Amino acid sequence: MKFKNKIKIRVNGKKVVFDKNESIEILIKKLKIPLNKVAIELNKKILNKRKINKIKLNNNDKIEIVHFIGGG
Amino acid sequence: MNKKDFLKISKKKLNSRLIVGTGKYKNMIECAKAIKISGAEMVTVAVRRVNIADKNKPLLMDYIDPKKITYLPNTAGCFNSIEALRTLRLAREIGGWKLVKLEVLGDKINLLPDMIETLKSTEVLTKEGFEVMVYCNDDPLMAKRLENVGAKAIMPLAAPIGSGLGIQNKLNIEIIRKQTKLPLIIDAGIGTASDASIAMEMGCDGVLINTAIAKAKKPYQMAEAMKLAVIAGRKSYLSGRIKKNIYGNASSPKKGLI
Repeated sequence: MKFKNKIKIRVNGKKVVFDKNESIEILIKKLKIPLNKVAIELNKKILNKRKINKIKLNNNDKIEIVHFIGGG
Repeated sequence: MNKKDFLKISKKKLNSRLIVGTGKYKNMIECAKAIKISGAEMVTVAVRRVNIADKNKPLLMDYIDPKKITYLPNTAGCFNSIEALRTLRLAREIGGWKLVKLEVLGDKINLLPDMIETLKSTEVLTKEGFEVMVYCNDDPLMAKRLENVGAKAIMPLAAPIGSGLGIQNKLNIEIIRKQTKLPLIIDAGIGTASDASIAMEMGCDGVLINTAIAKAKKPYQMAEAMKLAVIAGRKSYLSGRIKKNIYGNASSPKKGLI
């Protein structure tokens, strides 16, 4: 890895380089995702949205952010 | 329609007995308009990844207000219990949705439900506090087992999803109707207005329609047709139809014939 203060994570299957020691809340804000319209999973564990400011991301973490779309 | 004749699913009361799916429309605007015309108060929605690359992609919630229209999260695209449970737990986390539609498919060609996985999932979800409306095969024994593990609505297919064939096994639907007091909603396989009317005339509590409206040449007109068909079928059912007779029975009196 080029920078010591960076980590590589996967968000919805896509590789993302993110700052070390940052919370998931910051990630969601940076991605400009409306928190009230999504659910978040970290390494297959569903997160309580009210607590994501306390959860720090680690290298190789896998995050899924889902929402509702049209479906039958 | 009698104002008291609402569709009650768990604690939810709906004036319309038509539930519509929100998939397969050209765009969100068309989808929202068709729903409005259909009069549906409950719509099914799917759970999918947010597109993180294109943040300007329209969001369903911006077009269909979940405060006005009840969202029914579904598990479309799930082929086993694990996937279905994961999907609905996520749906609940989005905003507290507990009333959900379970759909576990077992066959990618016919999209028929895998009833063993469906039954297993219904039991787990019910224990977790979900209120589960279950898409199922038109099998009375399975319908009974779903009821026994806590399903809140039985939703047998008329025919495979998107097939537009209408009710293929009327006898089984009749048997399910007789054996359950749970809401019975025909889900999948409706093609045209008469299919919806037939389901309602048989005493079903509602119908769930997606493709038949979304893929009609004129979706808005079909949305209205389905709305009217459901109302007509329901009224007809409540009116008590005449007995079928193979012989003719004249409508005009014989007395006074010249």
